[in-house]
Amino acid sequence: MTEMNENPLDLLPEVLLAASAVFGLLLGSWLPRARQWLVGMLAVIACVAGIVAASVAAAEPSTTAFGEAFAVDPVTSTSRIVVLGGTLLVLAVSFRPLRGDARESEFYVLVQLASLGALMMAGTQDLLLLAAGYLLASIPAYTLAGFRKDGPGTEAALKYYVVGALLGVLMLAGITVLYAAGRATGYPMLGEAFRDAPKALLAAGAIGLLAGVLFKAGGVPAHFWVPDAVQGSSPPVAALLTTIPKIGALAALFRLGDVVFADSTLPWPALVAVLSAASMTLGNLGAFFQQDTKRLLAYSTISQVGYLLMPVAVAGRSDLAQQALLYYLAAYTVTNLGAFAVVCALPRAHTLDDYRGLAKERPLLAASLVICLLGLVGTPPTAVFLGKLEVFSAALEGGYAWLAVLAAVNTVASLFYYLRWIVPAVSRTGTPGPAEGDRAARYVAYGAAAVSLGLGLAGGPVLDALSGPIIR
Amino acid sequence: MLTALVFAPTAVALLLFVLPRRTTPAFFRGIWVAVSAIELTLVIVMWAGYETGGGMQYEERARWIPSAGVGYHVGVDGLSLPLLALTCLLFLACALYSLRENRRIREFAALFLFLETTCLGLFAALDLILFFVFFDLSIVAMYFVIAGWGHRQAAHAALKFFLYTFIGSLALLLGFIGLYLAASPHTFDMVELARQNPLAGRSVYGGLVLLAVVVGLAVKTPTVPFHTWLPPAHVEAPAAGSAILAGVLLKMGTYGFIRIAMPMLPESWRRYALVLVVVGVVSVLHGALVALAQTDFKRMVAYTSVNHMGYIVLAVGAAAATADSSEQARSLAVTGAVTQMVSHGLLTGALFLLAGVLYERGRTYDMTSYSGVAGAAPVFAAMTGVAAFASLGLPGFSGFIAEFQIFTGSLGPRPVATALSVLGILLTAGLFLRALRQILTGPLRLPDAPGTPRAFPDMRAHENLAVVPLLVLAVVLGVAPRFLLDVIEPASRSVLELLAR
Repeated sequence: MTEMNENPLDLLPEVLLAASAVFGLLLGSWLPRARQWLVGMLAVIACVAGIVAASVAAAEPSTTAFGEAFAVDPVTSTSRIVVLGGTLLVLAVSFRPLRGDARESEFYVLVQLASLGALMMAGTQDLLLLAAGYLLASIPAYTLAGFRKDGPGTEAALKYYVVGALLGVLMLAGITVLYAAGRATGYPMLGEAFRDAPKALLAAGAIGLLAGVLFKAGGVPAHFWVPDAVQGSSPPVAALLTTIPKIGALAALFRLGDVVFADSTLPWPALVAVLSAASMTLGNLGAFFQQDTKRLLAYSTISQVGYLLMPVAVAGRSDLAQQALLYYLAAYTVTNLGAFAVVCALPRAHTLDDYRGLAKERPLLAASLVICLLGLVGTPPTAVFLGKLEVFSAALEGGYAWLAVLAAVNTVASLFYYLRWIVPAVSRTGTPGPAEGDRAARYVAYGAAAVSLGLGLAGGPVLDALSGPIIR
Repeated sequence: MLTALVFAPTAVALLLFVLPRRTTPAFFRGIWVAVSAIELTLVIVMWAGYETGGGMQYEERARWIPSAGVGYHVGVDGLSLPLLALTCLLFLACALYSLRENRRIREFAALFLFLETTCLGLFAALDLILFFVFFDLSIVAMYFVIAGWGHRQAAHAALKFFLYTFIGSLALLLGFIGLYLAASPHTFDMVELARQNPLAGRSVYGGLVLLAVVVGLAVKTPTVPFHTWLPPAHVEAPAAGSAILAGVLLKMGTYGFIRIAMPMLPESWRRYALVLVVVGVVSVLHGALVALAQTDFKRMVAYTSVNHMGYIVLAVGAAAATADSSEQARSLAVTGAVTQMVSHGLLTGALFLLAGVLYERGRTYDMTSYSGVAGAAPVFAAMTGVAAFASLGLPGFSGFIAEFQIFTGSLGPRPVATALSVLGILLTAGLFLRALRQILTGPLRLPDAPGTPRAFPDMRAHENLAVVPLLVLAVVLGVAPRFLLDVIEPASRSVLELLAR
């Protein structure tokens, strides 16, 4: 092992977020209820400062912190920017509904802690830190899911927690087995050790590990919590659950595939490819006939994880895999949050039919919805299209042509249910649709749709920035 | 200049939304017509400055997404120039035709202007991803045209149209990625790919890529067996939408064959060309036979599109047979295919607009509900007659020139297939004559649905303005086609040179 590098400034975005969370908790207990929004502002400042710090770090050469336990490379930097940017959007849509809530400051603190967990997962180079990141990302999220303390919220939190606890235990068991097989927890050393480790041991460990990470990603077969938790929780929380933890989990999976399992005796790419195929297909099938918008988006996010797993499957086999994954993550985050922002902007609309006539009352909001949903399909020139182009290219280059074909077929299938939502929203007939809603969320929706389009049209520089070497 | 031509309509479309809510509909229609007219003028200026036989002209390049191998690259040659001109003309015709349209005219005009950008962009694109972007956006725009302004079953037809063509587009995308990965360095640039011929000597890979590309384009064309989305989409779309769908959007598929599949995958194209010939013949005969069985005028015209596009597929397939056929014959086939695209665009556009006139008067397309319309509306009858005769390939019209070239060019390499296809002409002649007799001759009888006006007023001024130029141009092309053929012929020869590698 190289000399210990314990410079906390390498972890500046994470440190800022943690400090802001702790300070916000203290501040919240002193502030009067009408002033609790200050905690939210503090969180916003921490996120913005974190994005700046991450951008500065991204411009510098890759490094590791804390004795190779944490990597600061393009994967981490991109995940930091995307997670913090996503957190900003989540905070923006939650200000209005939480204004004056008895537990307002607690909400902001929990959101920050959940993001911090995702950040840790994205950057970790060590199985034990991965487990810590998992717990940090999960426990605040359980609480957030049940934050409203109503029936569906409680059910959501309970389901989420039970599944999470079970799979978390499996994950810890898997890590133990992998430790036994590789006699280390750091990725670079594990990668060396797994070249000739016993296959059965590796398989058992890897499956346990996958169970936990896939739970955070919301991918098949650890996806059972997604629809209920998303439907039961409030729209801002649902937005958070379907994006932020995924970023960390998929970045972690990519690292595992590229560094740890790439040269191992385990058929890791095939395993991930099968999971990817199952995710996109089952997610789509589940979404087909949903009437509830949040539930539809929940199933859609399961299928999106399938596409995101494609570059993970070819990690190390295709030069395009890394930039494909990171670009798709960024594109998906902004597009999905845009769609959720529309849901947040119309708190009284729950089913697809409630959106009937939206184009007449709020043409800009309807346009944002159409852009975000077509964006999720992958229609050019939105950001996800470019992401899909990269992802398909990576899969074909990595020798997984069947997966690319299946993904194309699934894309068409997904069109069906997104159109079921678009059609009532743009149709003029029927009763006057949803009434007044949340102004801040509306602006977030406009902004996210604009960014989604802009990122698609001007994706060149972004893609360039994503292709730097990963730390091994 | 080309960039301005492509993006000006969308820029204006966005401006339409900035105008205050109380702007009168007439203002929107005025802008729409004006922009379309300016576009047509621009394309005429381009044609005037085009150097015949000079290869790719008006090229423009810009860096777009270099790390993904995608660039902004547009240009014009003898294959795309006629189609660009056709697009501008048809969109102007639709704008004029819609001068009476009142339903949400702001959105309607904006959608059509946006659609114009996608069509022009596709024919000008020299980068596969740029091509794909416009290909997909045209689907989105057309979906909203059908779903928003169509007839009763429009939502269903629009969905079917969207799903079919979107599946096709994704197959196309996979094929494009296959080409991209095969090229070194990786690139989506069409000119570069055609020069490199990256899949030379890799028969399996090349075959798969060709399969993906051809399936994608065949859905859009449409050929049998991918044509089932077409009749409902045409029947349910508003008249202007049908005219654009048949006149311009269908050409995207056949244009792709000549622009992408033939020059970039020459080996595989030659190997599997027989499949295309068969598909072409089946499309010709199937389209004609099914059209013969229709009682719905618009649906009948829709099926004749399948038939007419079949000729093009036959020609591009036959052009690949290098053995025992002269180069001149094959060049004739490709030139005929491009001419047929232009001719079909003009004539089918006119026919669908006339179908719209019929529907507006009688609220139905059912031919058995009409009879003796010629007496009440002589101008309408004359125009329908001209369009129908031109469409069935009578000498003196553009359709004859196109089909004559196709048959002459294909007869040498593929005698049996060509002989079978000629039967298609016979069938279309029969079905058009039958339709004309049913609607135009006999005692006057009009549909008696509630709410229909009893009289059948003749063509109005704006309808004349829309349809007459299309028919006049069809006659001009039929009598003096040289100005068009001079542009196409050098380009088709260079395509064949690329194909012969």
